[in-house]
Amino acid sequence: MSDNRTELSGFGFFRYLWRQLTSMRTALILLLLLGIGAIPGSIFPQRTQNPMKVREYFINNPGIAEWMDRFKLFDVYGSPWFSAIYLLLFISLIGCVLPRSWEHFKAIGAKPPLTPKNLDRLEFYRVTNADKAEALNNAELWLKKHHFRIRHNPNSISAEKGYARESGNLLFHLSLIVVLIGIGMSSVFGARGEAIVNVGERFINTPTSYDNLSAGRFFKLEDMHSFSITLKDFKAEYDLATNAPIDYTLTASVSEDVEGPSVTRVVKVNRPLTFGSTRVYLQANGYSPLVTVTDKSGAIIFRGAVPFLPQDANLTSIGAIKIPDMNPQIGFIGSFIPTADRSASRGAFSSFPEALDPHLLISVFQGDIGMDNGVPQSVYRLDTSNMERIGLKELVIGESYSFNEVGTITFDGFTPWVNLQIVRDPGKGYALVGSVLAILGLLISLFTRRRRIWIKVGDVVEIAGLSKNNIEGLEKEIADLTTWLEER
Amino acid sequence: MSSISLAYLSNNLIYSALFVFTITFFLYAIETAWAVRGDDSASRQNVFDRSKTAKIARIATALMVLGFLLLLAAVIARGLSAHRVPWGNMYEFSITGALAFTGAYLAALQKYDLRWLGLPISIAVLLVLGTAITLLYRPSAPLVPALKSTWLVVHVSAAIISGGVFLLANSIAATYLILDRMESRGGRNAWAKRLPTLEVLDQLTYRLVAFVFPLWTFAVIAGAIWAESAWGRYWGWDPKETWAFITWVAYAAYLHARVTAGWKGKKAAWLCLFAGSTFLFNYVYVNVWGTGRHTYSGL
Ligand code: HEM
Repeated sequence: MSDNRTELSGFGFFRYLWRQLTSMRTALILLLLLGIGAIPGSIFPQRTQNPMKVREYFINNPGIAEWMDRFKLFDVYGSPWFSAIYLLLFISLIGCVLPRSWEHFKAIGAKPPLTPKNLDRLEFYRVTNADKAEALNNAELWLKKHHFRIRHNPNSISAEKGYARESGNLLFHLSLIVVLIGIGMSSVFGARGEAIVNVGERFINTPTSYDNLSAGRFFKLEDMHSFSITLKDFKAEYDLATNAPIDYTLTASVSEDVEGPSVTRVVKVNRPLTFGSTRVYLQANGYSPLVTVTDKSGAIIFRGAVPFLPQDANLTSIGAIKIPDMNPQIGFIGSFIPTADRSASRGAFSSFPEALDPHLLISVFQGDIGMDNGVPQSVYRLDTSNMERIGLKELVIGESYSFNEVGTITFDGFTPWVNLQIVRDPGKGYALVGSVLAILGLLISLFTRRRRIWIKVGDVVEIAGLSKNNIEGLEKEIADLTTWLEER
Repeated sequence: MSSISLAYLSNNLIYSALFVFTITFFLYAIETAWAVRGDDSASRQNVFDRSKTAKIARIATALMVLGFLLLLAAVIARGLSAHRVPWGNMYEFSITGALAFTGAYLAALQKYDLRWLGLPISIAVLLVLGTAITLLYRPSAPLVPALKSTWLVVHVSAAIISGGVFLLANSIAATYLILDRMESRGGRNAWAKRLPTLEVLDQLTYRLVAFVFPLWTFAVIAGAIWAESAWGRYWGWDPKETWAFITWVAYAAYLHARVTAGWKGKKAAWLCLFAGSTFLFNYVYVNVWGTGRHTYSGL
């Protein structure tokens, strides 16, 4: 009793915990927990994927949502409890696989076990009337030819084959560790961000160019690759029957360095640009109407492309144009309709995503835009709470609209914009290599048969075998060996 | 041939396959019934002609092969009509899934005596095809840009083949559980007498799972590679990905339980059924009601 207690104190207790953690059963339970733990994230909306849905959920179920939030049910995959499960699994895996790999490594040259006393209790036992004097020699020839490991005992031979099963198995488990390391590196050294860029403009990879940027804990600004991308042309192709997109093609002039020489590249949805461990993806697209705003003297106050956000599959897009430099301030809420159509019930709407007949619907507001009070504002929305509507007009390209003797807005045309997603992911190479090795390990492990064969010469010649995991094939091998012995 | 006539051809081939599978179903049903009657009467009169049921089973299997070929042609015609791999929506997943399931069965039939499974298999294929053509049907259309990738072809074909084999393994595990129950209640029914022993079923389930587990692993990885090139992340815990992972974990747990913990029989069969149900859940629930980016059911 007292012995047990001392063993459980201090280091002994730690060792006991370690043994428990690295036991197969714990690993299995952790593995199942990881699977079960992943479920809520697929049922409840997740902040990282769909923050709008989360907000909606809070509005619809205020009381429960708050409780659920305490358990991180809207951030499952970043939650402490989910991380705890996979960290424990990771430790368990390391604690179990490394020692086993070492054991396996030491056993590389090991001999098969001694011949058991009673062969007739084993699998596929048979007795043959082969020549007793030559049986062992002949058996050895056959076993060598079939790459068995052999051990010579007095009057018998033990043979074994299929050690690769354990090697493959260890390779598989070790590779899982490599995958986990890769995932970990992605999350702490990686960064991802997005930027909406008009065709014709240039994107330079610095933090200020991004609309949003989120980085891992150990990401450093020096890690940012200093490339620049000038968008030359963007083409979207749509199916005439279903209006569904068929293909997007972005042509860009790219330089590895802001000052360096540039090359022309084509970017598609499945074909990102690559700069080392950073890749640039074509994610979404829309239209930026080109407008000119002049004051009543005719001086140009604003001229440029303003990105609008698509609202439906036919790319009806809305946005805001803010002119803080006029007094009183002017703001526009606009609706860009790529292919204008009209119906009694819906009013003006877009009937095709390509800009075949673009119209710009514009509401003009006068008053306080609210940009000076320090509260950050969306560039796509106009806060009209301190403003008054002074005009409304539907414009086609080239058309102007003079509002209230204050100024004029001209719809000059449009340019497409694309949403670039810029991802730095230094861990994905490890994850990929780990995955490939894992499959290789699995194949080796699952398709290797580990089995033993014994041949014993006493009054008669006896043969028997033992197959691990009951995989078939041993019976035939023993039959072949028997025939070989008998025919010699 | 034009896209439209190819799409019609594909539909007609599906109808022909349905017809052939219906006959297959009747033949298997007759064969099963006769074999059972034969077993019953054999002890009494010993006049039952075994060769007759064997012949019917052979014809049924031949028709199953014909149905498989018709289905294969239908899937190919569908792909040609849309100028792409025919895996763009749930209708197409279903017909290709039925193809994979039949294929998995016919392939396994080469190695194991699985004729007794012919009846449930033909029922399952009829159900899947019937649902596909009535409820899930969508006209042939091109793919959205994100789906245009070689990795999609690789990923989906691996996933569909894995699905076919998983379902086959699950059918056998379910048979195991039914027979196990019967035996513990005093013995097999007449129809169950000709089915293999419980050990054989148990082994067979394990073999099939061990055979497809690497393929499923590969399917998940190919999906991750594709997601990396299309969406900028190889793993995003999208519901579809999450459930693919859960299926993977569940089958890994099955293999572990089987190989290392020595679970056999009932416990292993239940675990296998659980793992298989996560696969079905992913297919039905996440495709139809789910939200993520993978929702291509076209419904
Ligand atoms: C920490 C813990 C783990 C330990 C100690 C462990 C140990 C083992 C052992 C001893 C085997 C049996 C090999 C054989 O007899 O051939 C095995 C097989 C296997 N393990 Fe693990 N494992 C662990 C974690 C995992 C994880 C996280 C996975 C991932 C899903 C996994 C998946 C597998 C698979 C697929 C097999 C193949 C089964 C077979 O050989 O038929 N293991 N593992």
